[in-house]
Amino acid sequence: MTTQTTPAGINIHTGTAAPLNQANVDTDQIIPKQFLTAVTRSGYGKHLFHDWRYLDLHEQELNPEFSLNKPEHQGTSILLVRENFGCGSSREHAPWALDDYGFKVLIATSFADIFYGNCINNQLLPVQLKSEQMDILFSLVKQDPTTSITVNLEQQTVVVGDHSFSFEIAEQHKTNLLKGLDAIGQTLELDAQISAFENSRPAWQQV
Amino acid sequence: MATTLYDKIWQDHAIDKNTSSAVGSEGLMYIDRHLIHEVTSPQAFAGLDDKNRKVRCPQRTFATMDHSISTRSLAIDACGPTNQLQLQTLANNCQKHGISLFPVGHQKQGIVHVMGPELGLIQPGMTVVCGDSHTATHGAFGALAFGIGTSQVEHVFATQTLKQSKAKSMLVKVNGSLPIGITAKDIILAIIGAIGHAGATGHVIEYSGEAISALTMEERMTVCNMSIEAGAKAGLIAPDQTTFDYLEGREYAPKGDDWTQAVAYWKGLVTDEGASFDSIIELNAADITPQVTWGTNPGQVIGVNTPVPAVADFSDPIDQDSAVKALKYMDLTPGQKLSDLAVNNVFIGSCTNGRIEDMRAAAAIAKQGKVAEGVTAIVVPGSVSVKQQAEQEQLDKIFIEAGFEWRLPGCSMCLGMNDDILQSGDRCASTSNRNFEGRQGRGARTHLVSPAMAAAAALAGHFADVRDYQ
Repeated sequence: MTTQTTPAGINIHTGTAAPLNQANVDTDQIIPKQFLTAVTRSGYGKHLFHDWRYLDLHEQELNPEFSLNKPEHQGTSILLVRENFGCGSSREHAPWALDDYGFKVLIATSFADIFYGNCINNQLLPVQLKSEQMDILFSLVKQDPTTSITVNLEQQTVVVGDHSFSFEIAEQHKTNLLKGLDAIGQTLELDAQISAFENSRPAWQQV
Repeated sequence: MATTLYDKIWQDHAIDKNTSSAVGSEGLMYIDRHLIHEVTSPQAFAGLDDKNRKVRCPQRTFATMDHSISTRSLAIDACGPTNQLQLQTLANNCQKHGISLFPVGHQKQGIVHVMGPELGLIQPGMTVVCGDSHTATHGAFGALAFGIGTSQVEHVFATQTLKQSKAKSMLVKVNGSLPIGITAKDIILAIIGAIGHAGATGHVIEYSGEAISALTMEERMTVCNMSIEAGAKAGLIAPDQTTFDYLEGREYAPKGDDWTQAVAYWKGLVTDEGASFDSIIELNAADITPQVTWGTNPGQVIGVNTPVPAVADFSDPIDQDSAVKALKYMDLTPGQKLSDLAVNNVFIGSCTNGRIEDMRAAAAIAKQGKVAEGVTAIVVPGSVSVKQQAEQEQLDKIFIEAGFEWRLPGCSMCLGMNDDILQSGDRCASTSNRNFEGRQGRGARTHLVSPAMAAAAALAGHFADVRDYQ
């Protein structure tokens, strides 16, 4: 696994992938509610996919059937999933858990909106590919789990073997990921404009 | 140019007046109302503190305790030390930053999406955010309301704005009038069933049509609440006299001259004749039956008298795969009748169905019998105010008399962050919004229904057609 980063952000990542061949994986599955009582951003990786990954509540017994637990998928940094990944609850604990586990890139047919934005805000790259392209990725990883996948954000490509797939990403999301920008810091520079907006509104709208 | 309600709210909140309303356009949007709770705010406050930043508009920010609290005790340590720490952290942060907090035991405490509207905090044309996906609820007022992540909560704290890109628009029209016994919950479940669990991803939905206009504000909230279960960013219903009548006199609603000016503004918040949508869906209210989810996402839903589907009933391979997994998890057989399916738990409450009208609808059924043997049924009002109103109407007595438990307000078994959790193998008729695997407890099986349907299931011990109780 290699990640070529820009001074603050992410750009090119090469790694192996874990396949989770399932649609509509919700954030309750990614990180169940009993782990949401923490008040920090770290330490969620060990609870990632808790219900599927462990056979017991205390996380002592791994489920050998679950993709992430298979010996051939250890050390993976890219997660392959199907459509509507991250649907449901807005909990940002979901990308925190994926990131803490070691994933740098998520490749799916589609993502739920809130989850997608949460990934961008956590330097976790969500890549959307067509269903047929996902079929190829799943198939290649099934044939050879050591298959190396390179995701190039600058060029917006996913390269695996002889295949090169291009993907779409909104310009500001790309910029934020490449530069690792402090979004709040940027907006605070617009303080005068925000104040002007507030003052321009009728009195009843100014709390 | 004819514009939609969504276009109008977007344009009214763009910090830069030159912001485009075209789909995909970027804009910095002003946020009128920020609701917070204990689960998704601590890391945002910590982020502010790390950089020595302040909350820009504490007066636009309101906090409540709802997710992690007990429904049996008002003590904040009732659900253990980690829950207590989270609740105490919220209290400390609100005090430090000058934010109004309605803690456990406070007269105004309640589920964030029940508390906000009943206090008049949510008004037409507002932008409303909360670190909670069911913020979509507030679209019932013609407010653009959506759930956000914790990083965005921090952004709103610091700047009172959010960077947004303009979503696509979808019009969902429900024509005609609802048959007797059919509720707002059935409308929204039928819509999600029709368009799919991800059918509105990337869209803001506007609901309209005779059946929507005829709904009360509480019913409209139930519809908008589950917009996220269709994948939508938000759901909107244009404000009308029903909206104004609901708001007038509420604590935080405008008063006097302000009220007059506000109503004049609100009356303009409608989609213009001829405005275009990226997609349009139409349903006939007359076709809607009492809905019950059978699977593990809210799009897997059928009428109460429809047999459990078979995998072959789905054409899309992804849907087939989801059906295989759902049938297995839910322990169902294709062709099975829902009325043959025993439930051992019933949950009435949540931000979807924890309001006074929901309590009344459930009580109207509950008074017709007793909770069946072997069924545990709990009723959790959505707020202190709902609880008191229900008690004034003696609904609590009806529930208790019938064998239901009458609890304290909170999110409770909708997600089980407290001790209201199901055991593996339990089957629950629930008025909440998500039937995901493990949502109400690891290995537990959730079927989403309306409050009346949940109460009927409690009495029958299995799913039953509520129209037989009318």
